[in-house]
Amino acid sequence: MTDRMTSTPTRRGAIKTLGAGAAAASLPLWARYAQAQTSAPVKVGFQVHSTGIGAAYGRWYDRTTQAAVAKINAEGGINGRMLEIVAEDDGTDPKRGAEVLEKFANQHGCDVGFGTLFSHVVIGSAPRAGELKLPYFVVSEGHHVASGMLNRYTLQPGITDVKSQVQAMAPYVAKTLGKKVTMIFPDFAFGHDHRDYFTAAMDAQGGEVLAQIAIPPTETSFTKYFPKIPRDTEVLYHVMVGPAVLTFVKELGEFFGPSRPEIFGFIDSLEAVDIASPGLEFLEGTYFWEGNPRYAQADQTEYDKAYRAAVGVDDNGASVSDPKDISTYAHMFGCWETLHVIKAGMEAAGYAGPGDRAALIEAVEAMTEMPHSFEHPQGAKVFNGKTHQVFGHQYISRVEAGRLNVVHKTSIKDTLYSDEVDYTTQSF
Amino acid sequence: MSDLRKSLVLHGGVLVLLFGLQFVLPAYHHGVVARVMVMASYAIGYNVLFGYTGLLSLGHAMFFAAGMYGMGLTVGVLGTAPALAFGVVAGALLAAVVGALALRTAGVAFMIVTLMFAQAGYLTILYFGTYTRGDEGFVIPQAQRVLGAVDLSDPANRYFAALALFALCLMVSLRLVHTSFGRVLIAIRENEERARMLGYNVFARKWAAVVISGTLSAAAGAFYGLLFGYAGASFAGVQYSIFPLLWVLLGGAGTVLGPLVGTLFMFYLIDLSSGVTSAYMLIAGVALVLLTLFAQQGLMGEVRARVWRWLP
Repeated sequence: MTDRMTSTPTRRGAIKTLGAGAAAASLPLWARYAQAQTSAPVKVGFQVHSTGIGAAYGRWYDRTTQAAVAKINAEGGINGRMLEIVAEDDGTDPKRGAEVLEKFANQHGCDVGFGTLFSHVVIGSAPRAGELKLPYFVVSEGHHVASGMLNRYTLQPGITDVKSQVQAMAPYVAKTLGKKVTMIFPDFAFGHDHRDYFTAAMDAQGGEVLAQIAIPPTETSFTKYFPKIPRDTEVLYHVMVGPAVLTFVKELGEFFGPSRPEIFGFIDSLEAVDIASPGLEFLEGTYFWEGNPRYAQADQTEYDKAYRAAVGVDDNGASVSDPKDISTYAHMFGCWETLHVIKAGMEAAGYAGPGDRAALIEAVEAMTEMPHSFEHPQGAKVFNGKTHQVFGHQYISRVEAGRLNVVHKTSIKDTLYSDEVDYTTQSF
Repeated sequence: MSDLRKSLVLHGGVLVLLFGLQFVLPAYHHGVVARVMVMASYAIGYNVLFGYTGLLSLGHAMFFAAGMYGMGLTVGVLGTAPALAFGVVAGALLAAVVGALALRTAGVAFMIVTLMFAQAGYLTILYFGTYTRGDEGFVIPQAQRVLGAVDLSDPANRYFAALALFALCLMVSLRLVHTSFGRVLIAIRENEERARMLGYNVFARKWAAVVISGTLSAAAGAFYGLLFGYAGASFAGVQYSIFPLLWVLLGGAGTVLGPLVGTLFMFYLIDLSSGVTSAYMLIAGVALVLLTLFAQQGLMGEVRARVWRWLP
């Protein structure tokens, strides 16, 4: 005789069995759903300056972004998911910029916002990024991120800021060009940043800023300002921007003639402008800061070569399809590098969806060294997680025979300054 | 039903509709309507001067910016509510001074003088960049955007605050057109010489219209800064003087609801067309040309001409 194990079916047991059966029967549907969840693209909202004053930059920021996305997707995407760019024109306007971020977060379901250049658009949009809890990766070079003005959701991991750029110029200017400097700058925030940071940096180098000449932003002729330049000026520092820069250079040439002081400027003045343009001959022999050398140098790295080819830029910094279409090479690498930082951050955080946005920010905050690589073709960088700002090498180039040749590369140490904020202490 | 009653029902209905919309709108459009209500309040201010008094200003951005900066620069010192009031008073005072000077001119000269004042205001903001952060502007921290115990950075609270501002401006505008003062403004618009001949102090009434218009515009600017956390010089630029003119023309100059309709129409025209093509400004331009050709009185103006002749 054998004992037979018997059991009486209960109602709860029956429901469990039915539930399991139903789940098993619908397994292909489940699997399809789970697959759809994991293979859905990572959406990056790209706040692009397609119109307005930033349009020339926006065009090249867009090309660089598309090239970086193509590379990342060709290499398998992020955590196995393709990267999708959702581009919206912000008109280079802070009000529209904030609206665009709302669109990314609430309408397009983007995972992050990205790509803003002009400072006023960043500052106008960042409060909304914080309220929408949308990680906002800007490519602006403004000091607004590291100054502590913004919030934990705003980061700048792909391009250095103006404070570090300007202070890193002072050692070379003081040692090589001269210690007595006169500054000419536009009379608005961008120019004021240069005025304040460079004056302090020159002071630290034992140099002296003899005069600070602010040009009103509506000015179209500059001749009347030049007599204010002290006669014992050894270096003229200029950072004019906008379409008036051609007039500025031409009138500067007419004023000084063949006997001029050393001249140092920021390439921001001449981004998307051909150095060999008629009227710019006076710039021959002068010096420029470059975030990334526009002309392929003799010691060009394989990283720059690959990056240049991917974006479609020739050795002169122009579009491969139109030699007259000059790139914004000194800045646009920031889009490429920022997208790679987003990829690295998402992979480190195991990012699966908007619920992991805080983890993504923490993963980026944990980053420090960014070695010179295909992901960072401009050069090695150091990220400061507390200030949400990256630091990197800067280049000084001299105009020689109508092209820019690099004469100095700063150390990263030259660009560092004390922390002004610790965003990691802010809650999410 | 009397015309006044019909008007009250319509405008009250619009406010009730806006109140109810917040419960059904998706998140994106919820935020859009909040912003549109603030900008429509600005347009209502503009409409008082342009639509009802017949004075075309090209410098209203200075009043909007006066409210924004008056609030933004003092909120850290005074606190939220006093700073808000300070912004409104700053705009009112600026309007009083600019009005007293600009109203010495008329017609095209008035447009140019207001434009010049606004440009001077814009450059003043840039000149005092140490305090205003010039063209970059500055963030108004979340901690300073709390009115009483109400956090205005919260979407629901922001919507309520925007609705409260809009309702106030709408009621001021509605009340204005039903007072004898408002009727004199319309008389000035229609025939200034006749109004003067009838014994009205035209200058004083136009000046009062400038002050009311500037005050409403400043209130919108102060609220915008507070609700969206940013004050910047671009809001003082010439395009922000042109925008309310466009919104009012589109919606219907000299109609109480026109500013809301125009602002809403313009926003969605650009927002939707930008999703279709990168040449969205072309679509917006064509739509504006068509409206100018076929609805010269603006959308609500056409409604008044064709359907509701009692529409204020």
